[in-house]
Amino acid sequence: MQEIVIKTNKLTKRFGDFIAADQITFDVSKGEIFGFLGANGAGKTTAMRMLCGLSLPSSGEATIAGFDIYKQTEEIKKNIGYMSQKFSLYEDLTILENIRFFGGIYGLSNAQLKYKSEELLTELGLEKEAKKLVGSLPLGWKQKLSFSVAIIHEPKIVFLDEPTGGVDPLTRRQFWDLIYKASDKGITIFVTTHYMDEAEYCNRISIMVDGKIEALDSPANLKKIFQSESMDDVFYQLARGAKRSD
Amino acid sequence: MKQFFAFVRKEFAHVLRDRKTLFILFGMPVVQILIFGFALTNEVKNSKLVIVDQAKDLASQQIISRIEASRYFDIEKAVMDPAQIESAFREGKIKLALIFPANFSKDLMHLNRAQIQVIADASDPNTANMLGNYVSSIIQDQQMALNQGNKIPYTIVPEIRMLYNPQLKGAPNFVPGVMALVLMLVCVMMTAISIVREKEVGTMEILLVSPFKPLLVIISKAVPYLFLSLINVISILLLSVFVLDLPINGSVALLFAESTLFIITNLTLGIFISIRTNSQQVAMLISLMGMMLPTVLFSGFMFPIENMPLPLQIISNIVPAKWFYIIVKSIMIKGVGFAAIWKQTLVLLGMTVLLLGLSWKNFKIRLA
Repeated sequence: MQEIVIKTNKLTKRFGDFIAADQITFDVSKGEIFGFLGANGAGKTTAMRMLCGLSLPSSGEATIAGFDIYKQTEEIKKNIGYMSQKFSLYEDLTILENIRFFGGIYGLSNAQLKYKSEELLTELGLEKEAKKLVGSLPLGWKQKLSFSVAIIHEPKIVFLDEPTGGVDPLTRRQFWDLIYKASDKGITIFVTTHYMDEAEYCNRISIMVDGKIEALDSPANLKKIFQSESMDDVFYQLARGAKRSD
Repeated sequence: MKQFFAFVRKEFAHVLRDRKTLFILFGMPVVQILIFGFALTNEVKNSKLVIVDQAKDLASQQIISRIEASRYFDIEKAVMDPAQIESAFREGKIKLALIFPANFSKDLMHLNRAQIQVIADASDPNTANMLGNYVSSIIQDQQMALNQGNKIPYTIVPEIRMLYNPQLKGAPNFVPGVMALVLMLVCVMMTAISIVREKEVGTMEILLVSPFKPLLVIISKAVPYLFLSLINVISILLLSVFVLDLPINGSVALLFAESTLFIITNLTLGIFISIRTNSQQVAMLISLMGMMLPTVLFSGFMFPIENMPLPLQIISNIVPAKWFYIIVKSIMIKGVGFAAIWKQTLVLLGMTVLLLGLSWKNFKIRLA
């Protein structure tokens, strides 16, 4: 049995009468690529924000990397990485400056920073662009860079909120290569996405409808259960019952 | 601490990369000081003045020709009686009147002491003050010339009367005003925008997920602007001392300490605005309309607070620039020490602590 790194029990978030996330319960193992699917407004981002410590749950329990999300947020923060929907590097800083800054606020030493930034630049093939402003890079490169920056401090878990929005299929494929590499190193990946081809790349996926998790299994098992040819079809069967959307 | 320096370095990179803004930030105080400074000097040169020479003798003629030779005054030749002088002042035709009594020469020769009446239009107190000083020194020159080789010294006493505003209240000294204005602009607006930008771009989320302390985010954001503002204080003071010949009468160290305090007050104000707003435009509007305008109106820099209705006087107390303006004026012009301005200092300090507390509380709420 693999070590459990994310464990939630009936995690709920209410905004007044509106229940954005309704009694979410699931476990994620170390090194797993866990896909978090759902239509717009299903509550994915809310759930993810609770797990990252950006938002306090209304009720329920959860532990991240063994730390309690109510009491040990500082410990959790040291052990997770986060990449948001919006592109979130500084466009007016160079690639190297961004790497050094994010490494710096996670407390990496100078030697570590030097080693890490060289490794990262080589891996992405950006050695020559290191002194270029991030704003001048194409979107695909930016996304790959911001993923690499999100795991620069070697977190136990990295949360990716729709990381590949607006990126072409080839770049998406390359992006997923990076995700696999990180997973091989033992980093747990928690990823939300709209793309069903990406869902296929995950070890397990959960599908949220109206704030509840309606299905949770490996892509192959889900297709069997719903007697579908594709993940598209599984998702459609579940999501058409949804009452709310943006 | 290492994290903190990484953050501050990044903030400097932001600021220094944006050349256009940087140019405006450093250029603005220079331009403002020069504009205000030279607008003021131009006015004082070639001021219109009338001379009512009731004596018409050698002694009075000597003084008149000295004044004629000066570049500060243009003599309006028309001889007027006192009633005409009054209306000329009212219409703003003249800034100064010089009246020689009929027995001027006689008094000087027999009593060794004579009077000249100098009347100045003090509705513009600074100008009036300066013109009065110019006339006095011209008269003094004449007195010295007369006294050469004389055993019993002659004394000519200029009796200066300030029309309309005898105590020269609210003398607008623009240097403290410009300082307050520039620091307000740099600190409040730039800090507010720089924090709100992080929210708009989405990097704030990343910072909140990181183990970096929220309080340190605030402080690191403010550090570069503290430096920029101190550079601005230095450039304003250098300009006013060396270009405008306005001396600093009090302690320079005290002036810097107080400026630093005011800068910090403004930084916390900027931080507070940025925490309560979510777009750069709103932050800019609030800083400009909500902060710049009250600073101009209520600091006492343009309009004397004493002449305002009571409710406005009360409102003026919550404008930090008012207190800073008093402090700077006291140090630069009156040359007083800390004992005379500790109350104002305490007010600024209180505002800073309050704003910092409010900011931190609100910042934490965003986290929850």
